[in-house]
Amino acid sequence: MSVLEQLEQEKITALSELESAQTEAELEAWRLAHLGKSSRVMQAFSALGSASKEERPLIGKSANAVKVALESAYAAKNEAMRQLALAQAVEKERLDVTLPGRALRRGRLHPLNQTLREICRVFGDMGFQVYRSPEVETDDYNFTFLNMPPYHPARDMWDTFYTEKEGVLLRTHTSPGQIHIMRERAPEAIRAILPGTTMRYEQLTARSEIEFVQVEVLVVGKGITFADMKGTLNDFAARTFGKDARTRLRPSHFPFTEPSAEMDVECFVCGGEGCGVCKGSGWLEILGCGMVHPTVLEYGGYDPNVFSGFAAGMGIDRSTLMRYRVDDIRHFRNNDVRFLEQF
Amino acid sequence: MKAPLSWIKDYVNLDGLSIEEIARHLTMTGLEVDGILLVGLPKPEGEKHEFKYEGLSWDPDKFVVARVDEVMPHPNADKLVLCRLNDGAKEMIILTGAPNLFPYKAIGPLAEPPKVAYAREGAQLYDGHQPGQVLTKLKRAVIRGIESFSMICSEKELGISEEHEGVIILDGDAPVGMPLVDYMGDAVFDISILPNMVRDASIIGIARELAAVTKRPLREPEGAKLSRGTRLSELVSLEVRDPELNPRFMLGMIEDAQPKPSPYWVQRRLSLAGMRPIDALVDATNYTMLDTGEPLHAFDYDLLVRRAGGSKPAIITRVAEKGEKLTTLDGNTHTLDDSMELVCDSAGPLSLAGVMGGSETGIHAGSSRVLLEAASWNFINIRKTISKVRIASEAGWRFSRGVHPALAEYALSLCLKRMAEWAGGSLVDGVLDAYTRVQVDPLVRLSEAEIVSALGAPIPLEEAEDILTRLGFSCRIENDQLSAQTPATRLDIGEGIIGKANLIEEISRVYGYDRLPATRLSAELPAQAGNPKLDMEERIRDILVSAGLQDTVAYRQTSPEREARLLLENAPDPALEYVRIKNPITPDRTVLRRSSLATMLELLEHNHKFRPGLAMFELGPVFLPVEGQLLPDEALRLTIGMTGTREYPTWQNNKPEQKDFFDLKGAVETLLKGLHIENVSYRPAQHLSFHPGKCAEVWAGEQKLGVLGELHPLVREHYEFESGAVLAAELDADLLLALSQTQFNHQPISSYPFMVEDIALIVPEETPAAALEASIREAGGKLLVNVRLFDIYRGEKLGEGKKSMAYQLTYQAQDRTLTDKDAETIRNRIVRALAKEYGAVLRSQ
Ligand SMILES: [Zn+2]
Repeated sequence: MSVLEQLEQEKITALSELESAQTEAELEAWRLAHLGKSSRVMQAFSALGSASKEERPLIGKSANAVKVALESAYAAKNEAMRQLALAQAVEKERLDVTLPGRALRRGRLHPLNQTLREICRVFGDMGFQVYRSPEVETDDYNFTFLNMPPYHPARDMWDTFYTEKEGVLLRTHTSPGQIHIMRERAPEAIRAILPGTTMRYEQLTARSEIEFVQVEVLVVGKGITFADMKGTLNDFAARTFGKDARTRLRPSHFPFTEPSAEMDVECFVCGGEGCGVCKGSGWLEILGCGMVHPTVLEYGGYDPNVFSGFAAGMGIDRSTLMRYRVDDIRHFRNNDVRFLEQF
Repeated sequence: MKAPLSWIKDYVNLDGLSIEEIARHLTMTGLEVDGILLVGLPKPEGEKHEFKYEGLSWDPDKFVVARVDEVMPHPNADKLVLCRLNDGAKEMIILTGAPNLFPYKAIGPLAEPPKVAYAREGAQLYDGHQPGQVLTKLKRAVIRGIESFSMICSEKELGISEEHEGVIILDGDAPVGMPLVDYMGDAVFDISILPNMVRDASIIGIARELAAVTKRPLREPEGAKLSRGTRLSELVSLEVRDPELNPRFMLGMIEDAQPKPSPYWVQRRLSLAGMRPIDALVDATNYTMLDTGEPLHAFDYDLLVRRAGGSKPAIITRVAEKGEKLTTLDGNTHTLDDSMELVCDSAGPLSLAGVMGGSETGIHAGSSRVLLEAASWNFINIRKTISKVRIASEAGWRFSRGVHPALAEYALSLCLKRMAEWAGGSLVDGVLDAYTRVQVDPLVRLSEAEIVSALGAPIPLEEAEDILTRLGFSCRIENDQLSAQTPATRLDIGEGIIGKANLIEEISRVYGYDRLPATRLSAELPAQAGNPKLDMEERIRDILVSAGLQDTVAYRQTSPEREARLLLENAPDPALEYVRIKNPITPDRTVLRRSSLATMLELLEHNHKFRPGLAMFELGPVFLPVEGQLLPDEALRLTIGMTGTREYPTWQNNKPEQKDFFDLKGAVETLLKGLHIENVSYRPAQHLSFHPGKCAEVWAGEQKLGVLGELHPLVREHYEFESGAVLAAELDADLLLALSQTQFNHQPISSYPFMVEDIALIVPEETPAAALEASIREAGGKLLVNVRLFDIYRGEKLGEGKKSMAYQLTYQAQDRTLTDKDAETIRNRIVRALAKEYGAVLRSQ
C-alpha cells in the first residue's frame, strides 16, 4: 500500500473508531492514537524527508488534509461529548423552585406618613409650601385668635386636653398655625399647608383617637374667592381620588371661616352606590373648609377689607382609614409590625 | 334635635317632596341629617339611600283607626277584657289587657267610644312584651279560651316610644277605618345642630330653612294676644337685679287649668322628639320650647303664695349667695356660688336660672293657677354655671348657646294659648316684662361687588334679597346696596365687615354651593421658598426605609412611670419637669413624653414576639419644659431600635445570628453618610439606660448628635424581652437636619487599575480601631483609596495584651498605573507611622 493509500485508510479507520468513542478517556486515547506523536498522520509528516521529491508535496498535502479532517472530527466529537455531559449534569441540578426565596428585608413608611407625603406633593405641585407650628399651644392661638373667645359655644366642638399650666393646652387642630404663619408673613400672600399632630380628649376606641394627624390648607391674598377655594379643593380631590371623582360642598360651621363648608367626595369604594365605608350615603366626608373669617384675618395681621383667603382642614388618619378600610383607628399608633408591614 | 316631619309640615307645605329630598334639603342648608326614623311612613323605594333609615312602616291594609264600642269582662280572666271593636269594615271582638280600657268595662255601649290604633291579623309590629324592638307578626291564637288574631296597639308596638303600659287612645276626631299611616304616619329627622345655628334647634327654625330653600311660604303659629292689663301685677311682682346676666324676664299666668293629658297628637310628637309627655300644662311648655327654641318654666302660683305666707309673691332674679343651696327637679342638691344666677321669691331660690327648676315649686298634678316664665340669660354665665353644677338639660343646652330675648315674648304667648287650649284654663289679664337691655339686631349693607369678591360669582341683589327675606331678614335695595335687618330670632349676625361675611354665608348656602363656580387661583403665586427641612426629614425616612427599617408614628402622651422603666431604679426622677396634662384620659397618659427612647423600647417590647428580628425608627418631637418659658421646647428626635436576629430564619439558615451593637452602629453610619454629615466620630460613653461597655456617643465635629447602645441588662429586666441584645439610638434630629448637606463634592472614578494588598499589624490591646484606621489613612495619603479591616486576632504567639489587626488596603491613582514600587513606598510609610504612634509591628505571614 502506498503512503497515500495508507493515509486514506487511516482516515477511514480513525473516523470510524472516533464514532465509537463513548467516554472522555476513550476520546483521549483516540487522540493520542490518531493525532499523537506516534500516530500514523504524524508519522507521515516525520517521514516526509525520506520521500521522493515528486511524492513529497502529494504526501504532505494528503497528510495535512487527513490531519485537518481528524482534528475537526475530534473537535466536533469533543464538543458533542461536552454538551452531552453538561446536559446530563443540568438534568441532575434541578431545584425545587417552589421552595421559598430569600426575602430581602424591606423597610416601609408608616401609612400615615405615606398619605401625608402624597398630600404634601399634591399641594406642593400647586405652589403650596409646608409650615409647621407647635403641638403645645396657648388657649389664645388655639381658640381666641380663631374667633372663639373664652366660653364661646363653638369651643364645644373640640374636646380639649389642658395642661397644668394656665392657658396652655394640647392643640386640638392645626388651625393655630394659621395665626402663626399669618403673623410671620403679613402682608405677603400665603399659600401653605400646615401638617401636624393634634390631640383631642376622646375615649380611645376603634373609631376615635386622642392623637391624630391633620393637614390645614391656607391661602391668603388679594381677591381670593369662594370659587377659588372650590376649584383648588376640586383639583386636590381629582389628584387624590382620580380625575373623575365627583365632589360636593355642604354648608357647615367653623368659627374661623365664613362661609364654611364640608367637602364630600363620591365614595371611592362603591363609586357612589352606597356601601359600608360611606354608610350607604355614597359620599365620604373628606375635609372642612371655608373663607377665612375677618376676625381671624385681623388677628393674623391682615386687613380684612383688603385681603381675603380660604382655609381647609383634613384628617390624615381618617382618610387613610377609609382608603385601606382599616377597622380600628388605634392601629396607626400601636405600630404593630403585623399591621405596618401591610403598607 | 329630633324633628318629626308632621310637625315641620304644620309650618311649611312640603307636598311633592319625598322624605329623602327633604333630608337632602336639610343637609344642604347646614342641618346635617344623621338618620331618619320611620314611624309608620314607608321606606323610600330602591336599594340606594343617601340617609340611614330605621324604624317601622305601617302596612295601610293592616293598621287602621278603629272604634271601641263596648268593653266587656273576660269570662275566664280578670286581667283581660273583650272589646267590641269596629274597624270601619266590620265589627269584631278583640281581646286586650290594656289597663287604660278597664274604666270602660261593663258599662254597656259607650256614648263616646274611644278611638284606637288597630292592627289586623298578619300585621308586622314590635313585640310589646320583649325588651327593645323585636319584630313580630300577628298570628291567630287562642288565649284563655278566646280566639285572638289581631290587637289594639300600644306606642311600643308601633315604634312611637317605649310605652307599653296601655294602648293608644287616639283623639276623638280620628276617622274610623282610615289607614293608620295616613292618619299619623311620621318620620323623624335626627339633625346635628351647628353652634351658629342654635336658632334651628326648633321646629319653626327648621321649617324656616326648608321654606327658604324650597321657596315656599312659612306659616308661623300665632300665640295668644297678650293684653297690657294690670291684673297680673296685682298678683305677683317682678324684680331683675342683674340685667347683664338676665336681659329679659317675662311672666304670664293662666288660671282654672284642669289636670288632664294633652291631646294625643301632642303626646305623640313630644315622644318622637324625645320628651316624655306628662300632662297638658307641662307638655305645653315643652312643646313650645321645641317649637320656638325658647325654654319656658312654669310655677304653681298657689305654692308661691303659700311660700309668701299668703301675701303677694315677689319674683326676683339675682345671683346666688355663696353657699346657698337649691334642690333641682332631678333631685340633686347643689351648693351655689355668687356667679350663678337664680330665680327666687321672698322665701329663697326657686330655680337655677336657665338651667333647671327647683323641686319644690314646679307644677304638679293639682296645679290650676300657673305662673309662666319666659326669659333670656347671658349665655356665657349659663355656660360657666353648667360647667360647675354639671347639669345636662334642654334649657341649659339652649341658653348656653344663646337665645334671642325677643323669643321670650313669642314663646310666652304661644305657650299660654296652648295651656288654655289643652288644659282648659283662661289667661290672666296682663304680663310682666323686665326688658331693659334691649337686643340691637344688626343692620347689614351689602353690594353686589362685595358678593362677587367673596364668592367669585355674582348673585343678583334681587336673588340675595329674596333669600334673606325668606330667612326672616327685612330687606331693602337702595343705590345698588342691599340693606338687611337681622330678624329678632337670631344672635349670630355681626356688625360691619363680619356682618357682611355672615350674610354672604346665609346667601350662598341657600343659593346652593353647588351653583357657585370653581376656579383656579388667579392671584399671584407667592415666592416659592421650597421646604428644605421637610425634604431632609423625608430623606432621613427614605435612607432608613431603604436600609430595611420600619417607620413608625408615636403617641406623645405617656406617663413618668412608663418613661422611668428606662432608668436603673425604675422610678420617676422627681426632678424631671414634664408637660403635665390636667385632664388625662388614662393614668398611663398623664404627661407629654420627654424620652423618645422610652417610646421605642415600648414598641420593640410590643412587637418582638411577632417577628424574629426587628428594626424600627421614629421621627417625632419630645416636649421639654423650659424654666421661664410658657410653652415647652419641642425637640425633634430620631430614634432607632433593633432586636432579635439579623435575618429571619429560613429553610437554609434556621439559626441566624443575633443583632449586636454593630448592627445598630451600621444603621447610624449609613444614615449619617447618606446625609453627608462630616467629621463623625464615635466615643465610648456612659448612659443611664445602656450597658457601660456597649454604649457610644456620636459626634459631628464638636457637636453631639446623640447616643447609641445596647440596653443595660438590669434595665432590660424592666421590659419583657426574650433572648438577644436590645439596641437603640437616640439622635438630635434638629441637629441632623442642620448639619446634613445637599451639596457636596463627588469623588472622581479612576480609569487606572487598582492594587490590593493585605497587611496585619500587631498593636497593644487598648488601641482603638477608629484611631488606627485614621492613622493608616493619614499615612497612606491620597493614593490609599480604601482601608478595610478584615480580621482581628489574639493569641499566645502575639503575647499578652496584644492584638493583630488585618487590613485590606487598596491603592489607586487618578493619573497613572501604580507600580509595585509605589505600593511598597505607601506600605512602608504606613508601617513606620504606626510603629511610631502605637508601637505597631508588622506581623509576618
Ligand atoms: Zn361607598
